[in-house]
Order: sequence, then structure tokens, then C-alpha cells
Amino acid sequence: MADTSLFTIFMEGVFIKNFLLIQFLGLCSFVGVTKDVKSAAGMSGAVVFVMTMSSTASYLLYTYLLVPLKMEFLSLISFIVVIAALVQLVEFVVRKNIPSLYRSLGIYLPLISTNCAVLGAVLLNVRSDYGFAQSVLFGFAAGLGYTIVMLMMSAIRERSTLVNIPSAIKGLPQAFLIALMLSMAFVNYFWVIPI
Amino acid sequence: MNPLSEFIRGITRDNPIFGLVLGLCPTLAVTTSVENAIGMSAGTAFVLVFANLFVSLLRKQIPSAVRLPIFIIIIATFVSIVDMIMEAYSPSMYAALGVFIPLIVVNCIIIGRAEAYANRNGPFYSVIDALGISTGFLLVLMLIGGIRELLGSGQIVTFGHTLITLPVNPSVTNMILPPGAFLTIGILMAIINYQKEKKRVRGE
Repeated sequence: MADTSLFTIFMEGVFIKNFLLIQFLGLCSFVGVTKDVKSAAGMSGAVVFVMTMSSTASYLLYTYLLVPLKMEFLSLISFIVVIAALVQLVEFVVRKNIPSLYRSLGIYLPLISTNCAVLGAVLLNVRSDYGFAQSVLFGFAAGLGYTIVMLMMSAIRERSTLVNIPSAIKGLPQAFLIALMLSMAFVNYFWVIPI
Repeated sequence: MNPLSEFIRGITRDNPIFGLVLGLCPTLAVTTSVENAIGMSAGTAFVLVFANLFVSLLRKQIPSAVRLPIFIIIIATFVSIVDMIMEAYSPSMYAALGVFIPLIVVNCIIIGRAEAYANRNGPFYSVIDALGISTGFLLVLMLIGGIRELLGSGQIVTFGHTLITLPVNPSVTNMILPPGAFLTIGILMAIINYQKEKKRVRGE
């Protein structure tokens, strides 16, 4: 088990190893669902939820089933199945018990089972050799970092819809150039803080 | 339809990055050098060819209600193979590409081609389509990787051979860091949009 402190893991997950701007995980939703703040918030809520849950479930599965049986080569296939099943389960539970949350998250949940950010968090947990508390915290912190960037990005894009720019830059190129500025801030600011 | 035009379609009109806008994560994450770009494309190409072939061979047997989970299992099998082969025979490349080799499994290009093409066409054309899409992916990754490596470190070094060296070393380290990826793909997409627009105006 890695002896990284929980505070370090939290700061790494949110800022230093930010999934969207530093590690490039989950970019499809980053350019696809950030046209307005409301849907970005819905997507982020669903990602935080599923990422924390799948980090927990996959840690238990890997440590107590795959490692004792020496079947680590099946880890990729089993993580995919666990995430897909978990997303289905979350969908059922939320729809039955919290209908108002389901109405705001509903359409984003199916998108998440193929979101590389969720599988990325699970794989990074295994590769960094994190323990139980570390894995769960890293999943949650990575989701939080994702949320912060999604909200910033969608707020900027919402305010810049009426900006007068050349038509060739409108749409995706504009989104990437906004991401460039956010990314420069993250890289150059947070790398100078020693933890 | 003939094999050659199907192959070229994957490079031009259905180019995975600029045409279909799929699979952005590996495109931006591993293009710090041309060498990494080639390694990533080779892994993706292997998975894409075999996934398309097997989905196409099994397309009459797969019930359409559960086709997506079956596609994912087929893809995950070949990704596990690539993951193990690369770890065994090319450890340095494996370390550089890191978590993005297992993440080929959630790359939208592969499941997208299985659903949109291999599920409807015969094995021969499915493999041709996979080869075309893979070539398109390789060319785009090499272009982005080349630009970033050249501006970031002043030279392009691929598998021990120095291909191009700039007379002055610009050493814009940010080009190799994450912001360089966003800058490069943003500008390339803007150029392509501009060309498309010009063509459309001329056509009318």
C-alpha cells in the first residue's frame, strides 16, 4: 500500500492531477456538455457520485477477489462490467427514491458508463497501489476537480456565446482555446506549490 | 463500393478526430512526441481491426438488444491482449503511454465503428474500414505529436533517429505540457473549419 497522506491525495485529485486539464480524461463530456451551466452541473454531479462508488466497488473486487485468485489479467474486463452495472443500479435507486434528482441527472447517467474519467480513476487507483480510504478519497477528489473545471468552462462558454469572433473558430476550436487558458493556469500555478 | 474508396474515406471524410470528433482523450494526452503517437495508434489499430472483424463475423448471432455489452466485452478482450504484449515487449513505451493503453476500451472510435459499420457490413469491408480509420488516426496523432515535439524540444527524435532539428531551440516547454495540446488541436480545427467554409462558399 502506498503511504501517501490523504491530504496529498485530495489535492492531487482536485488540482495537480486534474482529470480534465492535466490528464485529459473525460474530454468528450468536457466539450460536449459544457454549453450551459445547468447541464454541466448535472453531469458533474453524476460523475462525482459514480466515480466515488466505482472506486469503492472496484477496490473491494480487486483486493478481495482478483488478487487472491491470481486473476489480475481480468481486471480491465471486470472493472468495465462493474462500472456499467453500478451505473444501472444507481439509475434504478435514484429513480425510485429521489425522483427530483433523477429528473436532473437522468439523461447523463447512461453516458457515464463509457466515460473514460471513471475507468481512469479506477485504473489509477490500482496502479498507484492505494489502500481503501485512499482509493475512495481519490475517486471523490477527482470527481470534485472535474466538477470545478466543468463549471468554470460552462460559465465561460455561456457568457461568450454572443462574442463576435471569426466563424471558423466558433464551436469546438473556441472551446479548445478556452481550455488552453484554463489549463495554463492549472499547470503553471499548481506546480509551484510543494506538497 | 470499392475497397480503395472505403479505405480513403477513413482518412478524409470520416477522419476520427477532425471528421467524427471521437477519441479526443488519447489524441491530446499521448501526443507529447511522435514516438508516443505511433505507439498509441498501433495499439488502437490492432484493437480496431480485430474488434471490427469479430463484430462483423458475429453480427448475425448477436441479439440487437444486448449488442453494446457484447461489443464492449469483445473490445476489452483485445485491449487486454495489447496491454499485456506492450508491457512485455516494449516496457518504456508502456510506461510513457501509461493508463491510456487500457483506456482504449472506452475509446469512442472503436465502439462507434463497431456500431455504425461492422454491425452492418461483411468482414472484408469491416477490416478495410478499420484500416482506413486507423490510418487517419495515425496521421492526425503524428501531426499533432510532431508539432508539439518540434516546438517543445526543438527536434523530433523517433526510435533513436533524429529526424528534424530546428536551427534555433525555441524550447516552449508549454507545448509538451497539457496546454500545448489544447492550443495545437484548437488551431488545427480552426484551419480545417476555415478550409471547409471556403470550399462551401466557392461551391455555391
